[in-house]
Amino acid sequence: MNVRIDAKGMHYRPLNKIIRDAIVSGEKEFELDNIGGQRYIGAGINESVKITINGTPGNDLGVFMNGPKIIVNANAQDGIANTMNAGEIIVHGNVGDIIGYGMRGGKLYIKGDAGYRVGIHMKEYKKQVPVIIAGGTAGDFFGEYMAGGIMILLGMNGKSPLVGDYVGTGMHGGVMYIRGKVDPFNLGKEVSCLELSEEDTKLIGSYLKEYCEYFGFDFDEVMSGKFTKLVPLSIRPYGNLYVY
Amino acid sequence: MESQLPAEFAVNVNQEKCRRCKRCVINCSFGAIEFKDKVTPNNKLCVACHRCATLCPENAINITENPLDYKDGYNWTPEIRKNILKQAESGGIILTGMGNPKPYPIYWDHMLIDACQVTNPSIDPLREPMELRTYLGAKPDSLEFDGNVSLKTELAPQVKLDIPIVFAAMSYGAISLNAHKALAMAATRMGTLMNTGEGGLHEDIAPYADRIIVQVASGRFGVTSKYLNRSAAVEIKIGQGAKPGIGGHLPGEKVGEDISKTRMIPVGTDALSPAPHHDIYSIEDLSQLIYAIKEATDYKKPVSVKIAAVHNVAAIASGIVRAGADIVMLDGFRGGTGAAPMVIRDHVGIPIELALAAVDERLRQEGIRNRASILVGGSIRQSADVVKAIALGADACVIGTASLIAMGCRVCQKCYTGNCAWGIATQKPELVRRLNPELAADRLCNLLTAWGHEIQEVLGSLGINAIESLRGSRERLRGVGLNQEALDILGIKHAGIGQ
Repeated sequence: MNVRIDAKGMHYRPLNKIIRDAIVSGEKEFELDNIGGQRYIGAGINESVKITINGTPGNDLGVFMNGPKIIVNANAQDGIANTMNAGEIIVHGNVGDIIGYGMRGGKLYIKGDAGYRVGIHMKEYKKQVPVIIAGGTAGDFFGEYMAGGIMILLGMNGKSPLVGDYVGTGMHGGVMYIRGKVDPFNLGKEVSCLELSEEDTKLIGSYLKEYCEYFGFDFDEVMSGKFTKLVPLSIRPYGNLYVY
Repeated sequence: MESQLPAEFAVNVNQEKCRRCKRCVINCSFGAIEFKDKVTPNNKLCVACHRCATLCPENAINITENPLDYKDGYNWTPEIRKNILKQAESGGIILTGMGNPKPYPIYWDHMLIDACQVTNPSIDPLREPMELRTYLGAKPDSLEFDGNVSLKTELAPQVKLDIPIVFAAMSYGAISLNAHKALAMAATRMGTLMNTGEGGLHEDIAPYADRIIVQVASGRFGVTSKYLNRSAAVEIKIGQGAKPGIGGHLPGEKVGEDISKTRMIPVGTDALSPAPHHDIYSIEDLSQLIYAIKEATDYKKPVSVKIAAVHNVAAIASGIVRAGADIVMLDGFRGGTGAAPMVIRDHVGIPIELALAAVDERLRQEGIRNRASILVGGSIRQSADVVKAIALGADACVIGTASLIAMGCRVCQKCYTGNCAWGIATQKPELVRRLNPELAADRLCNLLTAWGHEIQEVLGSLGINAIESLRGSRERLRGVGLNQEALDILGIKHAGIGQ
């Protein structure tokens, strides 16, 4: 049995409290109706619960989250998966800015477009490798300061530009795959462009298969596009900046 | 290219006293002493950390400033000339450690404390109770009681301090695990707090978590929901007095297995903390992170926001309080650091005394002073500074450099090299081992105990018996040698003026 909450007009504080309390008493599945901008849904939750959101959740969805699976049946706003450690967020729409800031694990799958600063300072640690996939386009500073993890941008809706300026500025770890061409003047100066190896194709294929199943994209069509691989030139971009 | 920089110090070995035990050679972590038939210093490498001189069993080593004279020049000081040489050789930003050593005015030393004479009795702290206890956290605007005189008002979370001095944020990475352990043990024993800094919480100090402030900085290193909940309070680090407005770089060489584990990043990668939090560009954004943390900790932990003291600090602090912070931590421009560009450390920010006075005054004017506690740091050097800070309006003080000195730091300012000979600002196992956490904790406890007694003496002489009675009592301070503007900002009268 899932817990169904009508969140119309409800402030985020009681809403999130109801969810936290219900988790303590053993509930595993939630369906939230009439969500309209409530912040911090899933914040800091450590249990592997499932939360379905009908409506547009507010900022910091899944902040400090460590396990739950969240499905958003609409667009979502800024700061999704902020400092998230584990779990899954699936958005059937577009998302706002600074998503995946400092994200250290788990998956964030977006059907449509993403805003500025996607995956900023995303990092990985041992088996924790965060993955962000966006099906549409992304704004400036894609992967800024990226320190680890995997980001895939698909551009399935054919909108232009595919990605904004300063891609991977300050990048010092992780890898980005962009389905399409990225002009050199769009790249940050810490990034280099590579062709995909067989392992790369296998790697993105494993995530994209699951991604396509969620959103009904044709896997073969997605994979048929030409991807650009972006990696940092150095894991120590600022190593020679100082004198002792 | 062979450096043209002259040696800063001269190591003088009394070869007659020396019995060639080589202890100095083994102990010098900067490689400044070799053994070539006899103890032979390389002055260019000496940083004056005093390790060799302190441990020499024959007392045969003395370190002096290199007596090399420079052509006199008030403007072109030897330091400025040496810095130019260094940069001409390297093209790099000059990195440095510890706090600002420049002779800017120290306002603590221009404030004097009142005492009771004849018309009002002083209190003898040896015979009468003298309370140093205080609580950090938001206080309610008013209190409501029910018929049985029990409190109806729901209080915000509070952290009890048995002494109004907490240890400053210093990350595991900037300082060693043994130093972190010592701080955690001492904080627990003394009923005060230590602060993880932004490097995450090592499992070895997790047992002391209810005496630890955990920090969330722009790099979000080691920040998880578990980390946030295993704490006495959570601090959002916006800025640091030694380097306002800039981020931090922990170089990859220092990111070994253990650091990697607590920061949750791969071994050997640079830990880059960008200058801003990328999700904070306004007071509203700050509020968003404050409440994200409150949601993730079920509103059980006070949330502190740490900022560097800068020109507009009063308005910023007002915003921080309105954003929902329970504690505002102000760090003055003389505050220490493990590594900062010299240009920032020595030239950016404002003194903590003026910042504190301005913030406390502003929050009072706006009627929101009760909504947050004020912690101040940035060169609290002695118990008198604590008393003066509390009289100016602080709830408690934080000590970083003073606590390091208590553990053995000689303030040689080479923290960023990772070669700390005293096992404090280093990650090299053979150096970390030199710091015994138990002994260091004893020394920290001794320091706090001593300062606690001194504060009690001063309170007694002021005729008050609780530190909370002194808070914001600026009438008990007088200025000496300050101009009217400084007196006005500090909100104190000049010495010689009565009530």
